Amino acid sequence: MLPNSPVFPPVSSTLASKVDAIFFFTLGVSVLFSVLIVATIVAFLVKYRRRHAAEPGQEITGNTLILELTWSIIPLGLVMVSFFWGASIFFEQSRPPSDAWSFHVYGKQWMWKVEHPEGKREINEFHVPVNQAVKLTMTSEDVIHNFSVPAFRLKMDVLPGRYTTAWFKATKTGTYHIFCDQYCGVDHSKMVGKIHVMEPQDYQKWLVGGASAGGTVASGEELFVAKACNTCHRPDSSARAPVLDGVFGKQVALVDGRTVVADESYVRESILSPATKVVQGYQPIMPTFKDQISEEEIVQLIRYIKELKPAGAATAPAAAAPAAGGKS
Amino acid sequence: MSGDPGETNYLNASHGIGSWLLTRDHKRIGILYLLGISVFFVLGGLMAVLIRAELATPQGDLFSSDVYNRLFTMHGILMIFFFLIPSIPAVLGNFLLPIMIGAKDLAFPRINLLSWYLYMIGGVMTFVSLLTGGIDTGWTFYTPMSTNFAQGQVIVTAVGIFIAGFSSILTGLNFIVTIHRMRAPGLTWFRLPLFVWAHYATSIIQILGTPVVAIAILLVGAERLFHIGVFDPKYGGDPLLFQHLFWFYSHPAVYIMILPSMGVMSELVTAFSRKRVFGYHFIAFSSLFIAVIGFLVWGHHMYISGQSVVAGAIFSFLTMLVAIPSAVKVFNWTATLYKGSISLQTPMLYALGFIGVFLIGGLTGVMLGTLGIDIHVHDTYFIVAHFHYVMVGSAIMGYLGGLHFWWPKITGRMYNEFWSKISALVIFIGFNTTFFPQFILGYLGMPRRYHMYPAEFQTWNVLSSAGATILGFGYLLPVIYLLWSLKFGAKAPANPWGAKGLEWETSSPPPVLNFDTPPVVTEEAYAYETSTPAKEVTVGV
Repeated sequence: MLPNSPVFPPVSSTLASKVDAIFFFTLGVSVLFSVLIVATIVAFLVKYRRRHAAEPGQEITGNTLILELTWSIIPLGLVMVSFFWGASIFFEQSRPPSDAWSFHVYGKQWMWKVEHPEGKREINEFHVPVNQAVKLTMTSEDVIHNFSVPAFRLKMDVLPGRYTTAWFKATKTGTYHIFCDQYCGVDHSKMVGKIHVMEPQDYQKWLVGGASAGGTVASGEELFVAKACNTCHRPDSSARAPVLDGVFGKQVALVDGRTVVADESYVRESILSPATKVVQGYQPIMPTFKDQISEEEIVQLIRYIKELKPAGAATAPAAAAPAAGGKS
Repeated sequence: MSGDPGETNYLNASHGIGSWLLTRDHKRIGILYLLGISVFFVLGGLMAVLIRAELATPQGDLFSSDVYNRLFTMHGILMIFFFLIPSIPAVLGNFLLPIMIGAKDLAFPRINLLSWYLYMIGGVMTFVSLLTGGIDTGWTFYTPMSTNFAQGQVIVTAVGIFIAGFSSILTGLNFIVTIHRMRAPGLTWFRLPLFVWAHYATSIIQILGTPVVAIAILLVGAERLFHIGVFDPKYGGDPLLFQHLFWFYSHPAVYIMILPSMGVMSELVTAFSRKRVFGYHFIAFSSLFIAVIGFLVWGHHMYISGQSVVAGAIFSFLTMLVAIPSAVKVFNWTATLYKGSISLQTPMLYALGFIGVFLIGGLTGVMLGTLGIDIHVHDTYFIVAHFHYVMVGSAIMGYLGGLHFWWPKITGRMYNEFWSKISALVIFIGFNTTFFPQFILGYLGMPRRYHMYPAEFQTWNVLSSAGATILGFGYLLPVIYLLWSLKFGAKAPANPWGAKGLEWETSSPPPVLNFDTPPVVTEEAYAYETSTPAKEVTVGV
């Protein structure tokens, strides 16, 4: 009927079919209720239309409490179904599966920059393999953006100064829109990209083809040296700072008695504002790298730190030790 | 007693522009608001027409991106802060509230006049910012867009909104004190018209919520000028903090727009069914419940903003609760029709139109409150459609319904029944043709605030733009026949609809002090079973 304007977008991820299911449920209930109410109103309008100018309506007598409670409790039950169902999808969507491949996304007025796990980068194009869980760690270099792929029913804000995550598993090959859904300035409507879902072998072929920008982990290591992180954060650096090997993802005890998980946000914060959450047993002597390092470089450093395995597998890493031992 | 030529009323009691600009009569101030609000509505409406014209094609061929962004920003700001929020409370509430409770005026007549001046100063400042380039932040002013990147007159506009906010706070304060202190003898709380209950609930939101948005906007200005580091992550600020502050007001603000409209609805449905409203207490308390719980749901604007997943779940749960009192109201109005004596005059047509658009707006609100669905439709045209159904469709149906209902009371003239019915029909059709296709566009994935869009979205956009044209004509009709009625309309009797309520017991238009003799209330609201001559009959049980 409308060849260029289908009523529903393509269903191309595991999330898409789940969102559609709950949407059709609420739509069905809504249509049912609307039809019932409108039909009742129309019937009343016809049946009880005014016949004489001075005619008053007839009072309803008797106890109406049961009626009032009934039509309060039934809708309450229905919206609760909607709530629990919707929340379960939302929770699932907030926890990427452990086998997900990790991609980084940067929003910048007005383009999407994407970095693949082994370091390949692209702008406003995004190639992914089909049937593979893909985790996105996203940040913005300026204002708030929003990464949205309607075909995947996926959407997440992309913020400056923070990391947000999202994940998807594409189920159908093809090319789909990436939109920025958060108003971000003059060319907001041009912040549009394409996501190409490919067969795994095609994806591998695409990866090796073309010029690669070099591995992120490799460049992270270079940065670690270039920014002189290694002068303090290595085992041979006379204990000025915690050794970072194997720390990532672990609980870390702080000087003020709190503990914090050494995740992306904590590493980022420690680079930009090192005195905020100092690890127990150390002095706040690290200089800030604010305005000296780009968001992309921070992510490269995080990638590198993530890869650092504990040196001797038997001994706990220095920084993690207080957390494991003496949390009072 | 009513409307006789030569009788003194609030309109002819004094003459000259000064007698209007310095008036302390709540009725005249209501008229002043009506004039101001109509001007801003026309301005905001013209921008809407330009926006829809641009979106008739996928290319940005009518305006540049920059102009388009400034257009939708100013459309939102004018319509929300200077039309929807003040419309019913400031025009109809101001005019009717004291009369409905049998008072001579509001509790603070001078503050009431001050409220109008603050509103106009705020509006003029915003308009000046528009003339000097406008702003491109969107009406939501999200940081760090508004603090570090936006161009144009952000500060001037923010100050305009800030000043208008005081108008809203003062009006709310005035209403609450008036309702508490100035009710006529015998008018107990549970004899109040539901219009008054709705305005009571609205006033609570205005007083508690408006200061928060005022401070949030002040902080945007301070951040923009001095980089104090509240919202800007570069200086240790939190970009999400602004959204929390903003929605803490701006979600309840939706109820500032819809609750008064629901109050009008209750009056219209009872008057044109000649019947006591079904479940008076349930409707009265549902207004208060909406006002209170409305403060606890702001986070549903931020499910995918980066706030915690648990916060998302809590806000979703609370949001679901708001659906119940809204549903209860719709059921109660429907039940009020049962065994009524229903007359389909123009105000009743608007009331039925209200139920139609409010059903769609409310039910899509439940969808948006549902976490899983919001992941897909957030910030798309689905949202645009939803909030236009709730804030614009429902609020305007209530406003126009109320304006038609009380127009004879306000002006002392009857309007043309044929053309008013036509306009109600055209507005209903135009509204739905404009905004229903946007639900489909939204589910297809078209983002909001897009100046250009992929070609596959065009069909629905063309339909929507066509609807906007119909809607525009629909809004033009009342302007014509209502103005016409002022000169040529038949003189209105005191109670043209045979309705109940103190406002129908005084002449049309009312005398300066509202009543010739102070009224004493002896019966429940809407006691239609005591038949037409309402004044002297006392009610049984």
